Amino acid sequence: MWKTLLITNLFKGPYTDAPPSPSTEALAELVDKAARRRLGRSLAIREVDAGSCNGCELEIQAINNIYYDVERFGIRFVASPRHADVLLVTGPVTHNMREALIRTWHSVPDPKWVVAAGECACGGGVFAGSYAVAGRVEDFVPVDLHLSGCPPTPTHLLEGLLALLTVNT
Amino acid sequence: MTFPETLASWLRHDMGLIPVERHRPWSRFEVSEAQWWRLMEAMEVSRWSLLGLWAEPERVYLALRDDTDEDIAVVSLLCSEGRFPAVSVVRPAAQRLERAIHDLFGLEAVGLTDSRPWLDHGVWKGSRPLAAVPGPAVRRSYAFLPVEGEGLHQIPVGPVHAGIIEPGHFRFHANGEAVVRLEERLGYVHKGIEGLMQGRSVFDAARLAARISGDSTVAYGFAFARAVEAALGFEAPPRAVWLRALMAEMERLANHLGDIGSICNDAAFPVLLTRCHALREQVARTAVACFGHRLMMDRIVPGGVAVDLTPDGAERIRRLGTEIKGAFAIVMEIYDNRNSLLDRMVGTGVIGSHLVHRFGAGGFVGRAAMRDFDARRTPSYPPYDDLDFIVPVLEGGDVNARVGVRREEIKESLKLMAVILDRLPEGPVLEPVPGTGGEGMALVEGFRGEILVWVRLAADGTILRCHARDPSWFQWPLLEAAIEGNIVADFPLCNKSFNCSYSGHDL
Ligand code: SF4
Repeated sequence: MWKTLLITNLFKGPYTDAPPSPSTEALAELVDKAARRRLGRSLAIREVDAGSCNGCELEIQAINNIYYDVERFGIRFVASPRHADVLLVTGPVTHNMREALIRTWHSVPDPKWVVAAGECACGGGVFAGSYAVAGRVEDFVPVDLHLSGCPPTPTHLLEGLLALLTVNT
Repeated sequence: MTFPETLASWLRHDMGLIPVERHRPWSRFEVSEAQWWRLMEAMEVSRWSLLGLWAEPERVYLALRDDTDEDIAVVSLLCSEGRFPAVSVVRPAAQRLERAIHDLFGLEAVGLTDSRPWLDHGVWKGSRPLAAVPGPAVRRSYAFLPVEGEGLHQIPVGPVHAGIIEPGHFRFHANGEAVVRLEERLGYVHKGIEGLMQGRSVFDAARLAARISGDSTVAYGFAFARAVEAALGFEAPPRAVWLRALMAEMERLANHLGDIGSICNDAAFPVLLTRCHALREQVARTAVACFGHRLMMDRIVPGGVAVDLTPDGAERIRRLGTEIKGAFAIVMEIYDNRNSLLDRMVGTGVIGSHLVHRFGAGGFVGRAAMRDFDARRTPSYPPYDDLDFIVPVLEGGDVNARVGVRREEIKESLKLMAVILDRLPEGPVLEPVPGTGGEGMALVEGFRGEILVWVRLAADGTILRCHARDPSWFQWPLLEAAIEGNIVADFPLCNKSFNCSYSGHDL
């Protein structure tokens, strides 16, 4: 097995894409918030699905694959909100998830950032107005950065997170 | 009553029922409460499996499939007193559907043994939101099933999980390391999609359908479009039909690759996660190059497909197929030769064949435990009725068998993609659908199993009611059974091997 792996890898070259630049849009949104808190050259992210269709989760998972390799930038996903610097929230906030989202936010130590990922998280998306949907993410926790798209592409997510990293260093 | 008797002959001859008009492609029979009771009795001794159970403010609908002749029928009952005889008495898989019906419509299933709410967590602004007259908000606490015994301890997990996954609550009772009971509590991502669809045009509703479960967006788009087209008596143009299947196979391929990688990762073998997720990414990149969206969301619409394959698309997909075939063979070679990995997979999370049959579980959960059902083959739908493919059925019922089914399906999907490209007809990909009324139902095989979509359209073509039943409804309950007696630490592995949809189930 290791021989095959070695041979394929020798001839294939690296999978990983060249690093994208931080999104200028995201930098602009973060500019006046940057002075508030500095976390250094690494960010720990806790992802919370507050009612997503799971499309956003697929793309967030994708930034961990070797093409995007988010960890090479010092960004990693952690299991507990208590270990996190960033809350990455997807989905419209359903009534049934509202309390869990707020509690998770409270569990993240300060200083912290909140990123709303996807149309639903940013504005409710196609689910806005439903009896079961409580609202947008920023209706319940303060949002620092909005990343649009349905779902946002991995590149878009990465550009946004790199902007967050930039303002933190 | 003499059995075996087919569902169709029982309904038509024994009960003397005549199908209602304009319910396509399968017949719908309206029954009285007494006849519904008799149906429940008949189901006790028949091999008619549950396909779906859903409601309107005053009516319940039951979709059944006769496993002997593969015929499908829908039976409906006007609930004049706001109640109907519970189907869960004879088909336990109906239990959560009945709880959901009660939460959404206020209709009571008489005989339902578990009357706790399911989707309604007591935090909505009102109750029975889809009933003719919604009720006031009800706050109630939720009691998990009691477990008694010395040395037992409880482990509550969720709704927010450690990982990039969907939310749900798992309540474990463990005796040391061994799980004595797992109880799931779902509904956290209930978005009220069926409610949102009401009154919308079929195109607006198609966008909602495509977001019922993002990982199955193609399959849901496909099922919704077919249900609408069935209601309207419309056939999508041939090129669109074949393109739909092409996208559906690419979606199946992407998800199975992702699943196999993630399952291996949960067995502490991340090298295959890396490899499989790289392949998954290649599918997504090909999808965006060929259809303009990485998940191919909103590409299937009533009337056909929204975009044609790009001019170089066929070539790209062929190249993808060749690459994945080779790379996946390496993945499986590694898988087969790691004893430490197989040690985690084989014999873990076993689910018996009797249970998958009893719950009518489809997809890899059912097929890994001898339930030979794939909606692409029966009842089938174009273009699959014109395609040859193998439906793998295994008997292990464990994590390894669920990986095994996926692995064979990856091979079949790769073959199907090539054949579809070879046979792709020329012509238009989208035609206007008529704006008329009717009722239609469709079954489409998504990567995790059969998706049922049922629609009732008003005379102006808007949605009166749409119901979508995710395959997870009949798989989630089995996860509770699969984990029993396993160690707590193997739960992520078992869970991943099921990979049920939260969003698709919660709606
Ligand atoms: S933004 Fe799109 S992909 Fe993300 S949760 Fe909403 S509907 Fe799903």
